[in-house]
Amino acid sequence: MSTDLSPVAADLQDERLINNQGLAATATAFWHRLKGGELGSLPVVFGLLMICTVFYMQEPRFLSSFNLVSMLQFAAPVGIIALGIVLVLLLGEIDLSVGSVSGFAAACMAVLVVDHGQSMLVGLLAGIGVGALIGVAYAFLYTKIGVPSFVFSLAGLLAFQGGLLYVLGTNGTVNLPDDSFLVNFARFDFVPESVSYALVVLIVAAYAVTHLVSRRRRTAAGLSNSWLPVVIAKAALMLVGLLWLTWYLNIDRGWGYLWVLFAALVVGLDLLLRKTRWGRYIFAVGGNEEAARRTGIKVTRVYLSVFVGCSTLAALGGLMMAGNLTTVSQSSGTTDTNLTAIAAAVIGGTSLFGGRGSAYSAMLGIIVLQSIQSGLNMLNVDSSVRFMVTGAVLLLAIAIDSVSRKARTSSGRG
Amino acid sequence: MSTALHAAAPVRETVLSLTGVHKRFGAVQALTDVHLEVAAGEVVALVGDNGAGKSTLVKVISGVYIPDEGEVELAGQKVRITAPSQAQSLGIATVFQDLALCDNLDVVANLFLGQEHLTGPFIDEVSMEKDAWRLLRSLSAKIPSVRIAIAGLSGGQRQTVAIARSLVGSPKVVMLDEPTAALGVAQTAEVLNLVERLRDQGLGVILISHNMADVQAVADRIVVLRLGRNAAEFDVEDVTTEQLVAAITGASDNVVAARQSRKEGSS
Repeated sequence: MSTDLSPVAADLQDERLINNQGLAATATAFWHRLKGGELGSLPVVFGLLMICTVFYMQEPRFLSSFNLVSMLQFAAPVGIIALGIVLVLLLGEIDLSVGSVSGFAAACMAVLVVDHGQSMLVGLLAGIGVGALIGVAYAFLYTKIGVPSFVFSLAGLLAFQGGLLYVLGTNGTVNLPDDSFLVNFARFDFVPESVSYALVVLIVAAYAVTHLVSRRRRTAAGLSNSWLPVVIAKAALMLVGLLWLTWYLNIDRGWGYLWVLFAALVVGLDLLLRKTRWGRYIFAVGGNEEAARRTGIKVTRVYLSVFVGCSTLAALGGLMMAGNLTTVSQSSGTTDTNLTAIAAAVIGGTSLFGGRGSAYSAMLGIIVLQSIQSGLNMLNVDSSVRFMVTGAVLLLAIAIDSVSRKARTSSGRG
Repeated sequence: MSTALHAAAPVRETVLSLTGVHKRFGAVQALTDVHLEVAAGEVVALVGDNGAGKSTLVKVISGVYIPDEGEVELAGQKVRITAPSQAQSLGIATVFQDLALCDNLDVVANLFLGQEHLTGPFIDEVSMEKDAWRLLRSLSAKIPSVRIAIAGLSGGQRQTVAIARSLVGSPKVVMLDEPTAALGVAQTAEVLNLVERLRDQGLGVILISHNMADVQAVADRIVVLRLGRNAAEFDVEDVTTEQLVAAITGASDNVVAARQSRKEGSS
């Protein structure tokens, strides 16, 4: 084997491969990917730009610092729930009950803290614990009894909405104390300006360093790398973009801790999905469950972890939403939350059919949906129209997904 | 005329040997006193008609079924295979007919699925990619890039990936179930080349196939099963297709031979 002494990198020796170094080659490769249906997040970003332009032209306040900060704060809780939806969608399953679970968990927390005088920590742990237990129950129903996820989560949708009403009892609404940790965290506290800049620099530095280290390792192993200027340009663009955004948001209140928590969850989950065995096994089970089982992957455990993860994230999202609204009511986490979370994951580019998607789709999707909602609100559009527009956007997103799937199949990218 | 045992083959170390294997499903005796030997660097073809017991035997060897009676020896050691994972860890790799690949994952991910290289808690993509190339080169496999999803590969390339994956745990015996069933002419030839490379690497290869031409092209020895019993065993040099067909169907006046003679008579 000529792997060691060859001047060409080990993965570039096939003569059919086209060179990917240099500006022209990088651009061509990018164009071929698009034509082959690997759209990635491009349609979403494009759509978001269009939405922003349209609303900005109608109402310039739409892009004000104040509105952007408010939008991010409102988007984060549902975004956390959508993150759980991404997990179940990757397995090709669905959870229709995330909204109810979020409301139920929030109600448990609120009643414990306000009515029973427990500390906020106990309340939060109880809420998250409730979510995790629901996930365990779902996994049991799915793996041991064989109930389809569509059915048991539909049952859960009803049951936990009932649970919410039961726990709240005759009160109907529980107001969280204004000085509690949760309310401060989710509503009033923002990252100080200097800290936010430092954070941005740190994040970009971490991005650049991990890329450079991995390039060095690949070179040492005799493998090829992507063109270096592309990596540098990406890091530079990220730095400038984030610094500008931080400056712009800091004109108003800045980055909320709630949004920072959401972003950290997204980045963390993305790392878990792409870089760990657990994530790899989720994609494998979502792609071909039988093949995964034959390679010795414990498929039941993958399902358990995913259902628990989804319900736990739903509960966490519900708790954050309660903190952000400072109240838990009988309408907490009802239908709207459910469909928004699922729509966000799909709009962001996670396939409904399993095996395809990323954690970032939850973030992108929820930003798109929140922009639409906030923009229509500003224009005083009736909520009936808002629902219709959201429905249309969801349909459009799935249509784009389907078209790009067709393009992938015809160009052999599956 | 059915049995033609030759002792002329060079003496090689036997890696896998089965003796007196019985397997019964309810009222059906699927395998009766079956024996099979595979030496290192030898391709043994397992042929037989539908229902002859090939699949049952493969599943016994790969640990899916536990035989009712009989002994399995691996490299001289008596072993009892009770689970597919155990067969794998003992060094028996199976490439199933449906390949069992994940279409949405790339070649590297599929090759190492279930046995990823780790650095700390994270998957070590670099060392896996390096090993993937080493593995594919050792098979002279024609895969342009290991970073494309399986969905983008041709049938022959998928078969190649599946065979390469069976080598990841450095097995002693590789079983291939109908590896050429769904392939075109050129791709079949490529897979047959792969089978020869496995043999050249000193592995024992068990090839299950319905295609007599493929069997005669690569096998060293042909074991014929009929109705769950050893019907015949041939050295590939001195067997004709007619003899094989006769052994598989169990008679010289079989349907295939009848067609053949009719054809010759009419022309």
